[in-house]
Amino acid sequence: MKLSQRLDTTFAALADPTRRAILARLASGDASVTDLARPFAMSQPAISKHIKVLERAGLISRGRDAQRRPCRIEAKPLAEASGWLESYRRIWESNFQRLDELLDELKTQEEKRRHTKRGDQR
Amino acid sequence: MKSTGTLKITTPTDREIVMTRVFDAARHMVWEAMSKPELLKQWLLGPPGWSMVVCENDLRVHGTFRHVWRNTDGTEMAMRGVYHEVVAPERVVRTESFDFGCEAQSGEQLATVGLTEQAGRTILTLKVLYPSKEARDGTIASGMEHGVAASYDRLAELLAATPSR
Repeated sequence: MKLSQRLDTTFAALADPTRRAILARLASGDASVTDLARPFAMSQPAISKHIKVLERAGLISRGRDAQRRPCRIEAKPLAEASGWLESYRRIWESNFQRLDELLDELKTQEEKRRHTKRGDQR
Repeated sequence: MKSTGTLKITTPTDREIVMTRVFDAARHMVWEAMSKPELLKQWLLGPPGWSMVVCENDLRVHGTFRHVWRNTDGTEMAMRGVYHEVVAPERVVRTESFDFGCEAQSGEQLATVGLTEQAGRTILTLKVLYPSKEARDGTIASGMEHGVAASYDRLAELLAATPSR
């Protein structure tokens, strides 16, 4: 899958408050579907559906334990998703830092002009 | 290096990117730096390795602009568009589209620049409205790919410069 497609899948999976809450819970440790369903006013099949979306997006993985199959958070897609805006930000930040320097130069030039003008009037 | 403001980037809707940045300069100066081609060429460069080789800017309503950037490897990327609103030194609305080199982008995007002055400082707000969510995400993702490619290039340089044992 291309990076842009992976990001689409990641963001689609993240675009739901229940799924984000599930991820937040998993960030503090692995949990079974039953554990995950507990805080939500939702049936277990409904929670299972959300878990499948997260699993397909690669945001979580399921353990081998046949009984419990605990869910675990996967870091890579999330790192990619945060890097997504981060590199865009870096590009613009370096543009704007160059603009800062240019503005400093322009200010110095304007100061000089003002002084020369004042000098002329005297 | 002095940096007066942190860049704030938000995505208020599916099709938008909004950037806010404070500059330690009067508004007319920021306006000048964003309007004059010889000044634009000095800062609007993008990822490391790119320079702006063509900058045409007819800053008036219905006026057109064209920017061409070239990478050290010879790759070019161009953006062109038309001005719809020009209110010096506070507001510009223009359509933008990429000529080539940026496959992720399709169709026209609408960019709105706002400048407000506060106690000698200037607050810049840049809002870009994309034709679709895919176009917006593609633009950001392509920035990421450039960024990643640039860091790989630097890594390659570093490795080339390291004597093998």
